[in-house]
Amino acid sequence: MIQISHVSKNYGTFDVLKDCSTTVSKGEVIVVCGPSGSGKSTLIKCVNGLEPFQSGEIIVNGTSVGDPKTNLSKLRAHVGMVFQNFELFPHMSITQNLAIAQVKVLGRKQDEAVDKGLKLLDRVGLKAHAHKFPGQLSGGQQQRVAIARALAMDPICMLFDEPTSALDPEMVNEVLDVMTELAQEGMTMMCVTHEMGFAKRVANRVIFMDHGRIVEDDSKEAFFANPRSERAQQFLAKILHH
Amino acid sequence: MAYEFDWSSIPGALPILWDGMAVSLEITLIAIVVGIVWGTLLAMMRLSSIKPLSLFAAGYVNLFRAVPLVMVLLWFFLIVPRFIADLFGLPPNTDLRLASAMIGFALFESAYYSEIIRAGIQSVPKGQMAACQALGMTYGQAMRLVILPQAFRNMVPLLLTQAIILFQDTSLVYVSALADFFGSAYKVGDRDGRLVEMLLFAGLVYFILCFAASMLVKHLQKKYQPA
Repeated sequence: MIQISHVSKNYGTFDVLKDCSTTVSKGEVIVVCGPSGSGKSTLIKCVNGLEPFQSGEIIVNGTSVGDPKTNLSKLRAHVGMVFQNFELFPHMSITQNLAIAQVKVLGRKQDEAVDKGLKLLDRVGLKAHAHKFPGQLSGGQQQRVAIARALAMDPICMLFDEPTSALDPEMVNEVLDVMTELAQEGMTMMCVTHEMGFAKRVANRVIFMDHGRIVEDDSKEAFFANPRSERAQQFLAKILHH
Repeated sequence: MAYEFDWSSIPGALPILWDGMAVSLEITLIAIVVGIVWGTLLAMMRLSSIKPLSLFAAGYVNLFRAVPLVMVLLWFFLIVPRFIADLFGLPPNTDLRLASAMIGFALFESAYYSEIIRAGIQSVPKGQMAACQALGMTYGQAMRLVILPQAFRNMVPLLLTQAIILFQDTSLVYVSALADFFGSAYKVGDRDGRLVEMLLFAGLVYFILCFAASMLVKHLQKKYQPA
């Protein structure tokens, strides 16, 4: 589904990504973790072309992301993405938020799009809030709407960029529950997150990054039982047992 | 001996002054509409990653902001009528002062509007554009549906304030002997030998209109301030 091969990116002399390679198969759930500044968010944003990269290749469902001939809008329409700060459109109601891209990008009819949006809103447990505006919802609720908005596009895979980092601790679980459910339904997912509990529960593989490199890329069992690199051992020692 | 005020010529002058006000408002309205449309395009060019576009917009804005409005109006008064007359094959004595004043104002004010709009666009968090793109929207769709609506909502007070300034600035068209409100007041006052009274009266009208408008802006600002 997603093949990342030898991807490097730099801002001037600063290397953000160094020779990163990995693959994500259909139905797999990958958790990307690592200290801040390690390039994990940048890597995931390269997958749908939100961040350009200088060398290497990323193939998503047979389409090369870095190829200048690729119609990125078309590709992105089917790659869902969820952001740290939700990025709902504050001037639109929740219903409009869910429908707008379906109508404008996929060309669906307005009522068809609203129906689909409301179904997904129900799925994330927020049907009663359809008429509200994003500012009237809590962070956790907004993030669930954002997930529903991405799902409304019928994505072939979902990218999560630290979806719970901006949330109050008590709202983290409602978002993780939705993500867990998605994973169990077989959605292909690539999640940048520090939620190791989530990783242990649903991930197939864990990628650990440090200084722009993929340091570990292993099954979750192997990663949590005995991480090979010293950096990953330190990282785990610090964020677990709290 | 102290100056003796005589206000008696004002009532008779009201119809002429009213016509003048109509001209002032017409110029203001056209300049606002063109200024916002062209200013939005300039702002988008300026923020664009396409170098020639952003250089053009930056040059345009800096040029107009570094030149006095009166001078721009005079240039347009001297050049544009001939240009338009040539373009449309109009007889050389056609009165194009109003058209050239409107064009001059619109182009000048666009530079100021574009700076307000640029700040407005930049006030929308960057993540909004990323979210639009991630949903498959094109740049144009993202701007039209998501970024500009939010930008304009943030900008409304500034745009209205600029409109008030613009309305005051229309008095500068007197350099082209165009009968706007100020020009009419001046002419009538001069004719009746009551220039002082007439200009005081005109000043009072400008003050009342602009003060009322800026109160309205403040009121709107309070009412629609994001919670």
